[in-house]
Amino acid sequence: MLGQIAYALPFLAEGFALTLWVSLLVVVLSLIAGVVLGVGLVYGPAPLRWAVRIFSDTIRGIPILVLIFFVYYGLPAVGVHLQSFWAAVLALTLFKIAQVVEYLRGAVASIPKGQSEAAMAIGLTFRQRLTYVIFPQAFRRFLPPWINGVTDAVKGSALVSLLGITDLMQAINQVIGRTYEAMPLYILGALLYFAVNYALSLASRRLEQRFAFIRE
Amino acid sequence: MAATSNNSPALLDIAEVSKSFGSVEVLRSVSLKVAKGEVVAVIGPSGSGKTTLLRCVNFLESYDSGSIRIDSKEVGFRPGPARDSGARQRRSERDLAAMRAETGMVFQSFNLFPHLTAAGNIMLGLTKVRGKSNAEARSIAEHWLGRVGLAHKADSLPAELSGGQQQRVGIARAVAMEPKILLLDEITSALDPELVGEVLAVVRSLAEEGMTMVMVTHEMAFARDASSRIVFMADGGVSAVGPPKEVLAAETTNERLRTFLARFRASHF
Amino acid sequence: MGYTLNFNLIWRHFDKLWGGLLLSLELAVISIAIGIIIGLVLAVWYVSAGRVVRGIIASYVEFIRNVPLILLVYLVFYGLPTVIDLAYSAQTSFVATLAVYSGAYLVEVFRSGLEAVPRGQLDAGKAIGLTPWQRLVHVRLPTMMRITLPALSNTFISLFKDTSVASVISVPELTYGAQWINFNTFRIVEVYLVVTAMYLVTGYALLFALRLVERWYRTAR
Repeated sequence: MLGQIAYALPFLAEGFALTLWVSLLVVVLSLIAGVVLGVGLVYGPAPLRWAVRIFSDTIRGIPILVLIFFVYYGLPAVGVHLQSFWAAVLALTLFKIAQVVEYLRGAVASIPKGQSEAAMAIGLTFRQRLTYVIFPQAFRRFLPPWINGVTDAVKGSALVSLLGITDLMQAINQVIGRTYEAMPLYILGALLYFAVNYALSLASRRLEQRFAFIRE
Repeated sequence: MAATSNNSPALLDIAEVSKSFGSVEVLRSVSLKVAKGEVVAVIGPSGSGKTTLLRCVNFLESYDSGSIRIDSKEVGFRPGPARDSGARQRRSERDLAAMRAETGMVFQSFNLFPHLTAAGNIMLGLTKVRGKSNAEARSIAEHWLGRVGLAHKADSLPAELSGGQQQRVGIARAVAMEPKILLLDEITSALDPELVGEVLAVVRSLAEEGMTMVMVTHEMAFARDASSRIVFMADGGVSAVGPPKEVLAAETTNERLRTFLARFRASHF
Repeated sequence: MGYTLNFNLIWRHFDKLWGGLLLSLELAVISIAIGIIIGLVLAVWYVSAGRVVRGIIASYVEFIRNVPLILLVYLVFYGLPTVIDLAYSAQTSFVATLAVYSGAYLVEVFRSGLEAVPRGQLDAGKAIGLTPWQRLVHVRLPTMMRITLPALSNTFISLFKDTSVASVISVPELTYGAQWINFNTFRIVEVYLVVTAMYLVTGYALLFALRLVERWYRTAR
């Protein structure tokens, strides 16, 4: 039995690498788009604020699995053809964007109004206020929940296995299909996911302590 | 020393300024002229509009009608005809920022930037607004920190400073920009009583050097000693104005003022 | 792009979706009920236990929180029967998984709630001569409930959404219903629009109702 699993290890490693790759893509893309939309939500004109609010509330209100199926099956129906890999990344990214938007909104909202006013009073323009006063402070509050939320991206990535993408989850299922060693392989998979996510959550805890001074 | 007469050219000219929050009229046609070098204390019960008036002067709040001019330049709106007919045009963001840089403001809650050191707080405006080099800004910051007695705290974060020290940095941050006028908004209200003195001492020394100041305060004794004029506000309007001795006189005929002072003396002396 | 919406086929098979929604709710309710018991027992145990027990409970919490739900669902449904001699339906398997899953989140919720009960209240309980059990039931738990109710509501809403994962082991809940209609009618966009609306309306209605309960609970006591 162990021999069979050892034989499958390179295959599992490839799946694991794909899981990390999908997670990384989702995390980076959602960070960029989420910050842009988050700034739109806080400072944008009313129509933009409404659009982002509706987007975020809708995405956060439905199961991530429904979003994945919607994007994967729905886009081709309206003429948009994406490789299943990119459809999966798109769906997971949309989901994560909504989270990033909320983290950002929360981080900016937690900064007292007086900070903005003090920055205005010394004559900083809107952009300067954001760059030198609001964002440096918001960043420290944004980071811990965001890193914590990275584990959600890793866990969510397991759902892409349902689109036939050979990530860690799918690799495990395939090896089980050949070896019938279900329990050891699921446990191995669980330990791998656990290792990545636990390391991430330890990192976020450490960061939280490091930035504790900012809360006076 | 300070000019008190109304016919000397006014540095700050507030003319018939009114403002409402919804249906509540917080400022009712307030007019006030402040000459260069004057120190004006604004007193009055809470909700009388003192702080709102101060915040209108650097346009942290907009006003509905009337005008506020510093050095004869309208603060928040572009010059144009028919100010009150709704044709007023708000200045551009860049313009407003430039106007605000001409007034310094010190806040009740200090509002220091917590991610910057004491020196960093002062240097931010100098480098980004005044366009000074880091080295130059640093030496100006050190100069002003020395003036407020905090030369040794230049590299401390606000969280490492006491309330009184934070507020002194707040004053240094405002005056380092060399504003034409300094606005002080109840700057000692959030301080423990034993820390009030050190902050007022700084304000007093600035007054002696001829800094033009408008301060909203609850420190009656300080208002009496340090200001050239006292403005008493009630219900959004200027109810009494004059030299400290006149306004704070116990035998004033102004009913409102008498009640305010009586209540004040009862609770503070 | 040339795609015209046609909802007729969706309405014809709407029973699949409606039945699926009800099953989703049922799965969520049963799971959280068991999860609350797991969470409460372990949280109360945790705050009064020694290091070993704390370590074990913390391991359970950390493990579950850091592993994808879909993997746990597979593990319990396909993996577990290969090592223990037990037969169970997909539905039972999923409820068990989701209960254990929610239990891990609720231990944390209840533990922090218990620790947020002010010391003074417990001392007051002691002072009037309550036994430790009475202090727990009459002082600590009611206060904790009030503190944790919002987090409990949020957990329930997430569990409701998590029930969609049951579709991977063919439990005929709402997402499964959507997939069925998707594969059998190819009215893909329509079915997901309808299902999205159903999840949204149900989720926000639940949230609204739970917020009302929270408010009632805060003022009624």
